[in-house]
Amino acid sequence: MSKLSIRNFNLYYDDFHALKDINMEIGEKEITAFIGPSGCGKSSLLKSLNRMNDLVEGCSINGEVLLDGKNIYDKDVDVNTLRKRIGMVFQKPNPFPMSIYDNIAYGPRTHNINNKARLDEIVEKSLRGAAIWDEVKDDLKKNALRLSGGQQQRICIARALAVEPEILLMDEPTSALDPISTSKIESLVQELKDKYTIIIVTHNMQQATRVSDKTAFFLSGEVIEFNDTDTLFSIPKDKRTEDYITGRFG
Amino acid sequence: MKSKSFEGFMKIVFIICAATSILAILLICYFIFSGGVPFIMEYGLKNFLFGNKWAPSHSPQAFGILPMIVGSLLVTLGAIIIGVPIGVLTATYLAKFSNKKIYRFLKPSINLMAGIPSIVYGFFALVVVVPVMRNLVGGTGMNIITASLLLGIMILPTIIGLSESSIRSVPESYYEGSVGLGASHERAVMTVILPAAKSGIISSVILGIGRAIGETMAVILVAGNQPRIPSSLTQGVRTLTTNIVLEMGYAAEAHREALIATAVVLFVFILLINGIFLIIKRRAMN
Repeated sequence: MSKLSIRNFNLYYDDFHALKDINMEIGEKEITAFIGPSGCGKSSLLKSLNRMNDLVEGCSINGEVLLDGKNIYDKDVDVNTLRKRIGMVFQKPNPFPMSIYDNIAYGPRTHNINNKARLDEIVEKSLRGAAIWDEVKDDLKKNALRLSGGQQQRICIARALAVEPEILLMDEPTSALDPISTSKIESLVQELKDKYTIIIVTHNMQQATRVSDKTAFFLSGEVIEFNDTDTLFSIPKDKRTEDYITGRFG
Repeated sequence: MKSKSFEGFMKIVFIICAATSILAILLICYFIFSGGVPFIMEYGLKNFLFGNKWAPSHSPQAFGILPMIVGSLLVTLGAIIIGVPIGVLTATYLAKFSNKKIYRFLKPSINLMAGIPSIVYGFFALVVVVPVMRNLVGGTGMNIITASLLLGIMILPTIIGLSESSIRSVPESYYEGSVGLGASHERAVMTVILPAAKSGIISSVILGIGRAIGETMAVILVAGNQPRIPSSLTQGVRTLTTNIVLEMGYAAEAHREALIATAVVLFVFILLINGIFLIIKRRAMN
């Protein structure tokens, strides 16, 4: 059974129909990439998966997103628990203006872990998990804003890992980073695959081929094609997919 | 050609306008200090600042302003204790919790508060707060608590306005990062947004202190105005500002100079407060 099932999902920003009848099955411990030109709805769908779209004024949805068979839009779903289970890494690194330690400990503290020894353990584990422990271990009191952009993004990944999510949503996590930081994050994503289900939105088709198992191609609010990454990039079924991946538009 | 000379002319106009306010502050500095400093030198800085007896009509005269310094500091501290929590929480509510309908009503009300003349506040406190205070703690009802309460209300618009804009200027990405980890709206606001807005909030508090310490006409009506160091919060006090206003009308010679010297002390306080304000602002920029 798939981890996430998106069924007949529609999303509107006021009158604008931004996502049209999306159906998608996302398997556990797979990396799924969402690709497509700007404004195609890939980020909107990503945000819908942990209900960050609730924050957008005028946004309404219908359809279902099933997490382990349970619709996350049901009335009895606690959105804070949902977001603990489905973590998110944003396009622009957004560490809080506090120490590295407090950044990572923020999530666990939110979920009522206050034991110092336990927090220490989580912080170290999360920073190791995000491949940044060696760079910051001597200076955990340092303000996270003073790190470089690539380091900040890995702090944000560590921060997301600290609440032990089941799924990690990544919204163009490398678009604001330089190539070296990007390759670090990409190899990190590969490592995380053993433990987490990952969905990554990317502008960069090479990135999708490098990191993902499956790829969904979006265009004007529709999923045009969703398939194994290798298949989608080598023998696309749809003409529009082919045009996009060969760089004819977008 | 004509437009060029016109531009040159306008440039001078602008410079004159800009210089006017600087000139005003320099003139104020000059006349206050030249009027007050000689007296302080003559009377002795220590005697003036730390003398606890103010008796201009006795013989010999005594001009110790410690009671007024203590009075100003006490009512200002009281105003901060009352005004800051209310102000900061109101700003938080306005920026992060209120809906549009409430905001559209609340915000202009708070702006209106800033426009009410201070004597009106004083009159309100005199007819409403003073009787209540008289019933509660006895005496005249004009005391430190009354004055603090009044000033606490008067500094609200300053604190709310500045705090609200600094809370609003915290990047939305912090908020998203917090709720993205499963934090509730309240937790995101209190643990990420407010700390991130800290320097702006502190600035607002410092401006509030400046407003409170400089307030005169409202305080004069409800503070009791006794020039002595109070032994309890239910006693009346006189502040630096009210000391000047109360006696300037009939003061002459040394007495008059002592009042100007009081203004020097007040002015130094204000300069200190503004200095701290600038330092915090600059630190926030970095």
